[in-house]
This record gives sequence, structure tokens and C-alpha cells, in this order.
Amino acid sequence: MSAITLREVSKVWGTVRALDDATFTTREGQLLVLLGPSGCGKSTTLRLIAGLDSASSGQIEILGRDVTNLPPAARNVSMVFQSYALFPHLSVAENIIFGLKVRHVPASERAARLKRAADMLGLAALLDRKPSQLSGGQQQRVALGRAIVAQTPVCLMDEPLSNLDAQLRAEMRREIRALQQRLGITMAYVTHDQVEAMTMADQVILMKDGRIEQDGAPAALYERPATIFTARFVGTPPMNVIPADAIAAAGSADPLQGAPAGSSLMLGVRPEHVRLVESGGVPASVTATEYLGADTLVQTRVGSSEMMARLPGRIDLAPGAAVRLDWQPGSRHWFDAVSGLRVE
Amino acid sequence: MAAIHGWLLLLPAMALLVLFTHFPAVATLIDSFWSTPRGARGSVFVGLDNYQVMVEDPVFWTSLVNSLWFAVGTIPLSIALAILMAVWVNDRIVGRTLVRMAFFTPTILPMIAVANIWLFFYTPQYGLLEQVLGTFGAPSHNWLGSPSTALLCVIVVAIWKEAGFFMIFYLAALQQIPPHLAEAAALEGASRWTYFRRVQFPLLMPTTLFVLVNAVIGAFRTIDHIVVMTRGGPDNATSLLLYHLYQVGFSFWDTGYAAAITAVLLAILAALAFGQYFFLERRVHYR
Repeated sequence: MSAITLREVSKVWGTVRALDDATFTTREGQLLVLLGPSGCGKSTTLRLIAGLDSASSGQIEILGRDVTNLPPAARNVSMVFQSYALFPHLSVAENIIFGLKVRHVPASERAARLKRAADMLGLAALLDRKPSQLSGGQQQRVALGRAIVAQTPVCLMDEPLSNLDAQLRAEMRREIRALQQRLGITMAYVTHDQVEAMTMADQVILMKDGRIEQDGAPAALYERPATIFTARFVGTPPMNVIPADAIAAAGSADPLQGAPAGSSLMLGVRPEHVRLVESGGVPASVTATEYLGADTLVQTRVGSSEMMARLPGRIDLAPGAAVRLDWQPGSRHWFDAVSGLRVE
Repeated sequence: MAAIHGWLLLLPAMALLVLFTHFPAVATLIDSFWSTPRGARGSVFVGLDNYQVMVEDPVFWTSLVNSLWFAVGTIPLSIALAILMAVWVNDRIVGRTLVRMAFFTPTILPMIAVANIWLFFYTPQYGLLEQVLGTFGAPSHNWLGSPSTALLCVIVVAIWKEAGFFMIFYLAALQQIPPHLAEAAALEGASRWTYFRRVQFPLLMPTTLFVLVNAVIGAFRTIDHIVVMTRGGPDNATSLLLYHLYQVGFSFWDTGYAAAITAVLLAILAALAFGQYFFLERRVHYR
């Protein structure tokens, strides 16, 4: 059964269409990531699912039930906020069981659920503390705990890791994913970090300017981006997307062989698929290099376009050095320069 | 050298404080042990005589009891009203600014002017209250003129005046509460009332403590509308401690006795303020 379904949902603030005609569905037990740059409408989408804002038009279903006009409490969802939204005057334990008390869950049941959640999240020693006495990561766990004890089939997360440092973020990423799979819940997860999307998601919905840009598995977004925007948003460093004419003008037609018909084509090649070759390929000049340890980023210039290569190991190239770039025909992506859409 | 500079910077403020606050306070305490100078008779040390007079003065006791009733009548109600109004105008409602302004207006108006307006409300026969009650067929009543209702009338004026002022503090505190807390509570199924009881009210406790201390001091300092509306009457029914003190000091010119009342008044206020901090501090969550 579908866990969350949106049908032609729009949200309008005055003249701004924060969400424009969004339609998607996610299956039960999936981790859905809503991905996009700030202002793309991903948080709006989450708030509409939660019922914190009401849709201007369209229909929202949770587990087959139309919830479009239901208040948040009646939707049977839990939510983790970006700021955690912990009650500062309540202890960790009281924070976690706040909703259970409100819903008059019996005390014994409350205690059992609290213990289970606390053990699962490693909070057992902190239950008497106030949120202000916890580190960012611990506060994050309390917010997770509050979502877990509600035992709702759907859990919503609004950029839950954005306030943590990089190391903790990677750790919590794995932990949240493991938790979601262990509990078998459906999770809708908002983030602007494409690494989080790639590592955690079963399904990614990439958004831009209130519209859904692409909806698919992480691998599909990486391997077959439907638009230039997707191509450049997913993957680090972003995909090189340069006019096919620029390649031709640089003096080599080889890398373009087999291009689809049509004028104003754009060629997309991921930096990790670019190789240096002795002969053939596209002539380019190095503008900068960045050594990352495992590999080196080589920034080059082809005609008037920038092109990035991500090469394994350590490569010493002085700025201005002449190199030749090449790639496998299979790693090319073609886009229409005008519409930005993928061309096969 | 640095120390001298420090003291020099402190000097203006300290001079003013010592001259107009600390010195008079200490002088008043000393005066309370001395008799009031009359004509050729100078002031002599009388020990606790002034306090003895106070204990035997029935008007003092009436005023003290009146003051306590006044405090009990005004403080909880004005604070409750202030919270209610603040919560209301903190929500997104139509004409929010207008309502906020309306609630705050009594604070801006001078008490003397306000008291005169209320005097008209309470006027027998043709006052506003009488006219409104008259249309419902209620019997005529001299609200400020009878000892049974006079204190209640001045209490109502004080509440009307204070609540809007306290509302501003609560409104400021409410706006410090992150809106996500309300959303989190709503998702957990908390009603408006539950959210207020479990989250908003506890988070307002520091403000409540502050307002409470101010309200208590204010209740014992109120005098202007008493002077305008009742002059402590009828039969001392609205004579508050400070009004009695004013009469003793500046109508009867019994400055020794007035100094003794002042000392007691200050002692009561200090005790109350300490008590509030002592009892409430532990229950207050400071962010």
C-alpha cells in the first residue's frame, strides 16, 4: 500500500507558488528523501503532509486515508524538527513521553515505551537532564525518541542533521537509516544535502522552485538524470555540462561521436568519468588542482567552458599545463540546452 | 589610579542614589525612634513609642487589612488577565495591533485622569454603572459611598490599569517561545489548553515572578486613584497603608509616627519580595 500520496498539491503564499502541482507516491516502509536547494518547496511539502500548513489545492493521502483537511494530531504522523523543538523546561524523559501523556497512554505503557526508546537511542543515562544540558547530538536523539515512542507508521523529518558537525552527521545518518529499517516505518526526510539523499534514501524526490524535478531511486538520479538541474545537483563535484559545440570547437570530434541529432545540445560528463589521455580526446588547459587525498580534482578550461576531472591518486599539474581529456561513450549524458531535458 | 577612575565614574550615580534614596531611608528609620518636633519642643528620643502608637492605632490596622485585601484582589486577577490578553494577542488575529494598543492604553493614561473618568462611572444616580444596572431594574446603589463596595470599586480600577501593563511583559515572553514548540505539541495531539498548561505557562514563569514582585510593590504603592476617588473613605474603607501614611505625615504632620509606618511598610515589602524569590525561584525554569 502507498504510505504517502500527494495528488496535484499546490501551496500558494500570496503570489508565490511555494509548491506547484506536486504529485508523487511512496510505498510503505520506504525512506523517502525530499531533496533540493533552499526555497525549493521541500519543507513546505513536509509541512503539508504533517498538516502544519494547509494545501491550497490538491489531495494528500496517508496510508490510504485522505488527510487533506485533518488537523496534525489526527494524521497519525510523528515529526522531528530541524531545531528539534524540545520543551526546554521538561526533562529528557518528559520530553519523550509528552505526546503519550497528552494522549492518556497508561503510565505502565508509557514507562515501557520510554525504556525501549531510551535503550535504542542510548539515552538511558540522560533521562533526568534538561535539553540545555545536552549536546547537539544528544538533543537530536531526544527528538528522535519523541518520534519513536509515538509508534506512528509515518515519521517526518525536517533537515534533522543540519545542526550537527560533519562527523556526527555521518554517524546519525547511518543510525537513522538503521532505525527506520528496524522499525519498518515509512520516513519522509527533507534535506538539502545530496550526500544524505544518496546514502539513506530508497526514493529521492528532487525539487526546484516548487516543482518536482525528478522522482526516483538514488541510483537513477545519479545514472540517468532527467534534467541538467538534476545532473548538476546530484553528485560531488557536480557534473560537467558544457555545450557540445565547445567540444567541437576545441578541435576534436571524437568525444562527440554518436551524439543524438539536434541543435543546441549540451554534453554532460561526471568529473569521475573524465580521464587524461596522451593523444586524442579534447585539448584543455589546467586552471587549478585540488588534492583531496584519495583523489585529485583538476579544474580545466575547454575553449570558454570549465571542465572538472576527478582523478585517482595525486596528480601534479601546474596551472596552464596542457592536457587532453577523454571519457567513455557510455558515460555521456545529453541534454537539450533550451529545455534542460535529457535527450537520448 | 585605575581604582580612582572607577570610583569617579561611579560617583554621579552614587551621589544621586545616596542623596535621594539611601540617606532618606536610613534617616527615616532613625526618625521613627524620635518624637515629632512641635513648636518650641524639639525632637527627643522616644525609643519604640511611635511603634507603640501604631499598634494602638485602629486606622493603621484597618489600612493594613485594606492593603492586604487590595493586594489579594488586584494581583492574581490582573496577572491572570494579563496572561489571557497576551496569549490572545500573540496569536494571529484580525486587528492584532489595534487590540494590543487597546489593552496597553490604560497604562499610558495618567492615573489622575483615569480616576476621574472612573469616578463618573461610579457616580450615584446618573453614573454609567448606575445607568446600565438601572436598565436591568437593579436597585440604585452608591458604589463609592458605601463601605461594603468602595474597596471593590478601587480594586477594579487598579486591575484595569495594571493588567495591560503586565500584558506587555507576557507578550514579550511569549514571542521568545519558538513557534516550533507549538507545532510539535500540536502534532502530539495537545489541545490549546494543554499546550498552555504544559508548555507556555511554565516557560512564562520567569516573567510571572518578575511581574509578581512588581505587582506586590505596586499594590502597596497605589495611592493616586484613592486620593482622587475616595480619599480613604467612607469610614477608612479604602484607606490603604500608603494613604494612611500620607495622611499621618502630611495632613497631621506627625512625622515621627509617619516614619515608623514607613519603616513597617518597607519591611513588609522586603519580606514579600524575599519570600517570592525564595519560594518561586526553585520552580522557575530560566533559559
